[in-house]
Amino acid sequence: MDIYLPIAEISVNALVIILMGGVVGFLSGMFGVGGGFLTTPLLIFYGIPPAVAVASSATQITGSSVSGALAYWQRGQVDVRMGGVLVLGGVAGAGLGQILFRFLQKIGQVDVVISLVYVLFLSVIGGLMLKDALAALKRERTGAPPPARIRHLPWVAALPWRMKFARSGLYISPLAPLALGAMVGILTVIMGIGGGFIMVPAMVYILGMRAQAVVGTSLFQIIFVTAATTLLHATSSKSVDIVLALLLLVGGVAGAQFGVRSAQKLSPDRLRLALALIVLAVAVRLFVGLTWTPAEPFVLFEGA
Amino acid sequence: MSARILTAIGLWLLLAGAAPIRLITQLSQARIDINTTFRGAELLVFGAIQYPQGSVPDAPPDIAVVVRGPPVPVTVRQKARIAGIWVNARAVRFESVPGFYAVAATRPIETLADERTTAIYEIGIRNLQLSPGSGAEDDVTRAFEGGLIAAREKAGLFAERPGGVQLTRGVLYAARIALPAAVPVGSYTAEIHLIRGGRVLASTSQPFIIDKSGFERWVYVMAQDNSLAYGLAAVLAALVAGALAALVTRRGW
Repeated sequence: MDIYLPIAEISVNALVIILMGGVVGFLSGMFGVGGGFLTTPLLIFYGIPPAVAVASSATQITGSSVSGALAYWQRGQVDVRMGGVLVLGGVAGAGLGQILFRFLQKIGQVDVVISLVYVLFLSVIGGLMLKDALAALKRERTGAPPPARIRHLPWVAALPWRMKFARSGLYISPLAPLALGAMVGILTVIMGIGGGFIMVPAMVYILGMRAQAVVGTSLFQIIFVTAATTLLHATSSKSVDIVLALLLLVGGVAGAQFGVRSAQKLSPDRLRLALALIVLAVAVRLFVGLTWTPAEPFVLFEGA
Repeated sequence: MSARILTAIGLWLLLAGAAPIRLITQLSQARIDINTTFRGAELLVFGAIQYPQGSVPDAPPDIAVVVRGPPVPVTVRQKARIAGIWVNARAVRFESVPGFYAVAATRPIETLADERTTAIYEIGIRNLQLSPGSGAEDDVTRAFEGGLIAAREKAGLFAERPGGVQLTRGVLYAARIALPAAVPVGSYTAEIHLIRGGRVLASTSQPFIIDKSGFERWVYVMAQDNSLAYGLAAVLAALVAGALAALVTRRGW
């Protein structure tokens, strides 16, 4: 079933795109990650122009996150106050990211920088998660008591103007989540990701949030930051392909629901192990792409 | 189609006798619409050769058909390894690269005419004047030009088909030009050259348009002209789709 995309200006197989959305949506619901770190590279690999892939992927993540976030909302697993602070930071970060993205485009290194940043973040976070999940699974087997829960990093506790985040079980300054939101917002614009795969571990390891609230709150903030990103891309680069985004969504929303249900059945440690392996696999794939001699030594950039 | 060819023959008979040698041309479409199901198109360029006094020579001349799309500037960057990582290094900018270029001829381009002639009429991919930016040495520019052409050929946007023009009884000619799904929109021209003894004796050109139509056009125009409304609509559509899915599947729990 071939369909012509009006903004990407190429003909694609609609079923392939829907399937892609479905797989990514499943992961989205399961892990509370937007899945953009998979969608963007997959779309580019399929032949969609990178700018369109990044922008449309952000639109798709908005939809798939709503579906996931509602499911968590019904279970009372969303900390709205924490989410709000993260969104504030995220929207500011998205604005900064847009400026950075333009600069990289101007010097013609945008694809290289995107890949490098991906490799860096994915391998660090994937590695941390893997280490943690393996240690937890080992404890489970030997029956050793779990380690005392780390509240949050010392410098987070030292920040001023503390406030209460009830659902997260935290009494900390909003400055730390604000900065975290901003950093992820920058990455949302540049990489076309929701940033959940950075946000979720950061919430656990840096802020020390209660585990139950992490995924729902992450999805909650992703909705708003990716919506802002869609608007930024639509007005500045005009590269949001609504047909592409909706195709991804058709598969994505269905996949997300299945993902949420599967997540309730699996143990959190196994979930973390699975996500760690996926993240590391993407990092390795991108690293190979950066270091192996390319088949085509020349790249074309059209327009002024 | 046969009716059109008959019209062309009729025209030729009517006009026969006038000097000098002339080309009569028609295109299968004056406008190619890109809609939701667009998967590429085929353009038929056909017509007749009108000889002085209607005397068809024993040895038929050669015909070259050149179809080109709107020119755009293209920056070509060469990948280079820096600290083990392939980055985009040196760049050469070409000011006028046709978004689409296809040439069909009655025989291989090199044997049609000398290099100077084919270069003047830009017949053949290697004869395109891509206007590279000054600054780089000639051999560097040539290497980048090679990379540009290879990438375009791979995408089906540059094509050369020797033997792609059929000449019937030395009078009627026809060429089929394949337009891939990735063709850019804009104003195109089909140029037809009659070549004999290495000289271009007659040329003619016909314009045609490739444009989005219907839903594709509407979406594209919205995205360009009302970008904020378009962005809001995209966000809203995503939100509604997500909420709907959550509603529909909730019943199953």
